[in-house]
Amino acid sequence: MSISVEANKGELAPEEQKRLKADLHRSLRRNKIRASMLVAPLVIFIIVTFVAPIGNMLYRSVDDPLVNEFMPQTTAALENWDEQQLPDEAIYAALAQDIIEGRKAKTIGKAAKRLNYEKSGMRSLIMGTSRKHKKLQAPYKESLVDIKKGWGDIDNWKVIKRLGASITASYYINAFDMETSPEGEVSFVDPKEQIYLKLFWRTIWMSMLITGMTVLLGYPVSYLLASLPLKTANVLMILVLLPFWTSLLVRTSSWIAMLQAQGILNDLLVWFGIIADEARIQMIYNAIGTVVAMTHILLPFMILPLYSVMKTVPPSYLRAARSLGATPWTAFWQVYLPQTVPGISAGAILVFILSIGYYITPALVGGQSGQFIGNLIAYHMQGSLNWGLAAALGVMLLVLVLGIYGVYNRVVGTNSVKLG
Amino acid sequence: MANPASSEAYVRFDGVQKSYDGVNLVVKDLNVDIPRGEFLTMLGPSGSGKTTSLMMLAGFETATHGDIYLNGRSINNVAPHKRGIGMVFQNYALFPHMTVAENLAFPLQVRKMSKADVEEKVQRALDMVELGEFGNRRPAQLSGGQQQRVAVARALVFEPDLVLMDEPLGALDKNLREQMQYEIKHIHERLGVTVVYVTHDQSEALTMSNRVAVFEDGRIQQLAPPVELYEKPENAFVAQFIGENNKLTGKVDALADGICEVVLDSGDRVKALDINTDGAGTATTLSLRPERVFLNPTEGQCQNMFSGKAEEVIYLGDHIRVRMNVCGHNDFIVKVPNSSDKKGLAEGDTIPVGWSIDDCRALDA
Repeated sequence: MSISVEANKGELAPEEQKRLKADLHRSLRRNKIRASMLVAPLVIFIIVTFVAPIGNMLYRSVDDPLVNEFMPQTTAALENWDEQQLPDEAIYAALAQDIIEGRKAKTIGKAAKRLNYEKSGMRSLIMGTSRKHKKLQAPYKESLVDIKKGWGDIDNWKVIKRLGASITASYYINAFDMETSPEGEVSFVDPKEQIYLKLFWRTIWMSMLITGMTVLLGYPVSYLLASLPLKTANVLMILVLLPFWTSLLVRTSSWIAMLQAQGILNDLLVWFGIIADEARIQMIYNAIGTVVAMTHILLPFMILPLYSVMKTVPPSYLRAARSLGATPWTAFWQVYLPQTVPGISAGAILVFILSIGYYITPALVGGQSGQFIGNLIAYHMQGSLNWGLAAALGVMLLVLVLGIYGVYNRVVGTNSVKLG
Repeated sequence: MANPASSEAYVRFDGVQKSYDGVNLVVKDLNVDIPRGEFLTMLGPSGSGKTTSLMMLAGFETATHGDIYLNGRSINNVAPHKRGIGMVFQNYALFPHMTVAENLAFPLQVRKMSKADVEEKVQRALDMVELGEFGNRRPAQLSGGQQQRVAVARALVFEPDLVLMDEPLGALDKNLREQMQYEIKHIHERLGVTVVYVTHDQSEALTMSNRVAVFEDGRIQQLAPPVELYEKPENAFVAQFIGENNKLTGKVDALADGICEVVLDSGDRVKALDINTDGAGTATTLSLRPERVFLNPTEGQCQNMFSGKAEEVIYLGDHIRVRMNVCGHNDFIVKVPNSSDKKGLAEGDTIPVGWSIDDCRALDA
């Protein structure tokens, strides 16, 4: 192929450039295809196991089909209701129809349960009516109010209308410790009754505490590892990693053995006469237990990035600082520490994000005061089966982590993070 | 203020020993007096104890025996940061998270100097190494030579009387290294500070130093000005280590008036200066610089006359290097100045070679 080259510059004519670009593209296409084939399994895996479930969770946190699905006639009839006074006979008739059909299909209970999340008493109102379905007859309005007085309460109707929409903010309202008044106004609950916000706040500050503890404990260990000869350091590194390889449950349970009222630590304190036998300290099944056990479990995530950064700081920097007149403390503070900041921040963000979503350890050793938000999410997943609320809380946690990461990225910059 | 000849020792090593493991001595018996203003180089192969000696002076290693005095005061128990000694490290050790100016300001700030003073001194130090415009750069944005200059400036900015340099030019390429040698030499001459310099590069040592201490095996083999070191080596190690050297081994046969007659292993007899032999009948090594050997010497010019066969002739521009077989040694090197009147010498030629007694030194075996 002949290509005319303009004199001196080596730059091609426009049409030649066009053809060259096409050639270049063609020659690279094969490699691009091959590369994308190689990553395809992983991409598919991530989509199936990560993106899809999270998308599902996001949807569930606003998805509220139960009332709409299982009380279809009532919700349809309520669409044009003005909410000023009790509904008319046609709507009562639709409700009676829904209850009778729902009872046959055994689905009315689901709708009742969902309504009960929103306003307690709704379940017994509907299920009570359902049990006495034989008494239902026209005119339905009188008949229903006769069976359950609640049907004469306009607030109950408002709840049904509100939940009739299949997209709802109610889970989020709930998760933010807010409530919707029958008039539809959203407001915070009495601070004394707050559950989730309090728990979020506790999760955040306890995670910060755990992160701070891992920095304080991990920094000297990493420094020791980094300054010892490689042979000794490798042996000690195994001691750091050994717990890392041990089952999480084993490590958590061993803390129970250590810290419980009849545990080793209390026994020792009593034995040395530091505390009286009756005054054993409660060190587990509370916030202390969670902080101690999680600090221990997450420590390697701090030590490893710190160690790898400290390895790259030559000892001559400290010597240089000393020779220039700095005391050992100044040399450490002004010369060594600033150079290990990437390690500290990498370890801190890792430990913090891991601990903010932690679940098993707080569940085992946290008692009441050491529970994290993850435990409540699990409770709503498995215990109360309120998946919508669990999803809403999960989304809030996800947004929180992303937000923290965003702030971190702004302040520290992910470029300076070194994980190994 | 600089007076290298001053008899009063500013730095003194007195019977200093150092062992790391309690089994081997890295520094065996170090005794040196360094007068104020001197540029002293510790030269030696790696593992000879020179860097350890420097680290003991800086305070990063402790002497296992003996005393180190600074300005008449024993500093064995003085912490490094209280010694007031400037130091330039092998890889500069410029703090990467600080700008050049901050690096230079560091020693002044830890001395609690006022901000105005700091700024002035930093600028002056930067100007001294011709980096006045680079104060705001980070060390990583500078070239190797510039980093080197910053390191020197940082070691000098707090005006120490003593500056230590640990192979500071090792990481630079050859041209830059030579240029920096002169710069450091000139800075030393201008400021009059005392410098203790460690290197394994002999040309560096010869270029810059007032005196050179040649280290080997934990001991100083010879401590002398560069000229003396090259012209008058006192033992076979120094003769071999400094510059190029022809080594002839043999036995002392007779001694008289500082001149000995040596029988070489080949049976040839050579007359040499008796510098460091153990008397008649003992083994000795003769040292002879390649440029002091004459080809085709005129009658009476040389007391030692032999014939040699040219094995290899290498043209090096300013001189011609001839490897010859002389007295059974076929690695005998002769350097011939490339002057226009020299007639060509071909490989395989056998010609007379000779050298004077004064250029041939009989040393230890």
